Amino acid sequence: MSKEVKPVPREGIVVEKPYERLTGEQVKTIHRASLEILRDPGLVCFNGRAADLFAAAGADVSSAQKSSPPHWIVRIPERLVSEGIEKAPKTVTLGARNPDNALVMKGDEARVYFITGSETNIWLDTYFQTYGKKTDPTVEIEVPEFIPRRGTIADLCMSAHLSEHLDTLDGFIRNVNIQDRDITEKNKDVNKFFASLNNTTKHVQAGLTSLSQLDPVVKMAEIIAGGRDALKRNPIVSLICCLIKSPLQFVDDTTEAFIEICLRGIPVVVSSAPQAGSTAPIKEAGILAQINAEVLAGITLGQIVNEGTPVLYGTVPTKTRIDTLSDSYGAVETSQYTIDCTQLARFYGIPNYSTSGVSDARVPGQQSSVERLFSNITVAMSGPQFLHCAYGLLDCNSVFSPLQAVLDDAHFAMIKHFLRTPRIDDGEIGDILTQIRKVMSTPQKLFISYIRKVMRSGLLSPLYPFEGNREQDRVFELAFEHMKALLAKPVEPVDREKTRRIFDEIPGLLPRLNIYEEGRGS
Amino acid sequence: MNDLIERLKENVIQGRMTSDDEGIDDTLTGPGVVELTRMALEQKVTLKDIIAEGLTAGMEVVGEKFNAKEYYVPDMLASAEAVSSAMDILKPHLEAADLAAKGKFAIVTVKGDIHDIGKNIVAILLKGAGYEVVDLGIDVPTDRIVDYVRDKKPDYLGLSALLTTTMLVMGDIIEALKTADLRDSVKVLIGGAAVSQEFAREIGADAYCADGFEAVRILDSYRQA
Repeated sequence: MSKEVKPVPREGIVVEKPYERLTGEQVKTIHRASLEILRDPGLVCFNGRAADLFAAAGADVSSAQKSSPPHWIVRIPERLVSEGIEKAPKTVTLGARNPDNALVMKGDEARVYFITGSETNIWLDTYFQTYGKKTDPTVEIEVPEFIPRRGTIADLCMSAHLSEHLDTLDGFIRNVNIQDRDITEKNKDVNKFFASLNNTTKHVQAGLTSLSQLDPVVKMAEIIAGGRDALKRNPIVSLICCLIKSPLQFVDDTTEAFIEICLRGIPVVVSSAPQAGSTAPIKEAGILAQINAEVLAGITLGQIVNEGTPVLYGTVPTKTRIDTLSDSYGAVETSQYTIDCTQLARFYGIPNYSTSGVSDARVPGQQSSVERLFSNITVAMSGPQFLHCAYGLLDCNSVFSPLQAVLDDAHFAMIKHFLRTPRIDDGEIGDILTQIRKVMSTPQKLFISYIRKVMRSGLLSPLYPFEGNREQDRVFELAFEHMKALLAKPVEPVDREKTRRIFDEIPGLLPRLNIYEEGRGS
Repeated sequence: MNDLIERLKENVIQGRMTSDDEGIDDTLTGPGVVELTRMALEQKVTLKDIIAEGLTAGMEVVGEKFNAKEYYVPDMLASAEAVSSAMDILKPHLEAADLAAKGKFAIVTVKGDIHDIGKNIVAILLKGAGYEVVDLGIDVPTDRIVDYVRDKKPDYLGLSALLTTTMLVMGDIIEALKTADLRDSVKVLIGGAAVSQEFAREIGADAYCADGFEAVRILDSYRQA
């Protein structure tokens, strides 16, 4: 009789002492302000079903159907919010095709998982041009040139494939908007999920383009996971839903989608993305009270719809750019708001979806490195469980550069190392004293021989992998070579029989994605 | 017998000086290079076999692994240090058999400078490569260095300095050697964070060594010339 091997979830990195900016009293003050906001002014709701659900659960719902556009005002009492928080699972598991890639997130544990970024329209290709050095033309210098173009499903396949082999990456949010001619609103979801699932064995998350595609996507996930119950145990996909538009408005279609997702018990991120200065107050206390109210309203709705629906407390606050009024992801305030939100999520014990690493820069380079590293380090230190850390994203989430993703992987290796818990205990000190005495008895008095075992145990941070020679910065060239090597490594695709069933039972899939029939997508 | 030399070679590759040391492979236990060298002498293995088939053959593998980036500097040093200890054990036997080392190398950190990590690493690597190394220490006055060269007649003199202030002493030493009519009797090699190829040329040194590996390469090249 074969014994079932229990999957071991990914480790991520546990932050023993999360960085927090708010005092306990400040957290409670924000909580009280959010409850106040939910009562008065409440939320504008453009979805009738949600208004009915809130009313049935005891919220104060008033109709403003004669307004343009027609809507409801939903005022949520503290009791309902408290019930929502209480019923929301405090541990959320996101499964994966390879169950060893599962993510187990506990709301009270600052175990950080690093996940790719959200949907971008532009794919950034990298080419290298060779120039002669001005002072010595015999010396050739490779200079990268970045060429943007619209993303395709082949790009999404490549991105998922690359993500599979980025060591620090724990999960995959589909990060390329597929804009092929044969992709429509009606077949986009099934194709983006299949392209992602077939090219990575890690967890896959995406937003839903069309509610009509929800059941086909769930069906696909069930086939891959091995059935409905298997998908419950190992939810290989999850969804993200921006049901609330800031400030404080339930959007009709995404709220409808959210309700349906909750009814099916699929893990879902309740995400809110206010912009301080335009769609939320510019002051820290203001954006925090508002975003917290918005997310709590979503979580409450989810638990009214289907008690126990696994939800993530999703927060993407940004500061507005005063020159363009667009999101300034690179601003230091954006990181501050985000860190505060992680602390709020921990206060409720609900796993947190957070964002870091998004840069205002349009191409890989110094601005990109500075902005992303600043927020990646600080936000990771705050201990969000599910960190959308923008692998490869540029230009405020509108561009994806696979080269940047490879660079980010190297930087996250450093960050993960930095976040490790120090080991200082009697056993360690005993070993060290023995070592010091031994070294002091030698003529050279060097500890070098003791590095070796530590070096090979993975306890030492690695050298920067893209270090050039002394004369030249070769970071881009070396990262590009590494990227090509990673893409040359295979990924275990969905097996032939499951692929056959998926293509037989789920309409709208592009035949070129069936690698058993037509070769890998092009 | 062959098994003993093979174990000696393997322990050099693993950088295990004594039985207490951990190599790279956890499963390798038992006597290290020091104990195996003593056992080889007791079992009357020839000095040539101990050095050529055990120590040198092991170091050659270490060098290959280092070049292939499989080994790092600490690995190379651990192996060199193990070989260095073996050479200390073999030294009286080599002298008795009238077998010379590759050459005598005196190494010193100059007056005013107390930094010796680099110097010690160079010493280990050269000893591991088969040179007789005499460490004169740190903050050593110029006249003591000149006296040593006159009395002990080393083939090579290695001068080390970390500081931009103390590097100037290197030029003084070379001038003092000239004054004592000893400059042609010894090759002077310099190294340390502050110095450079250009500086070596300026003060009339025979060579600048960027690191210990380059020191070994340069000395070996003198022997082949």
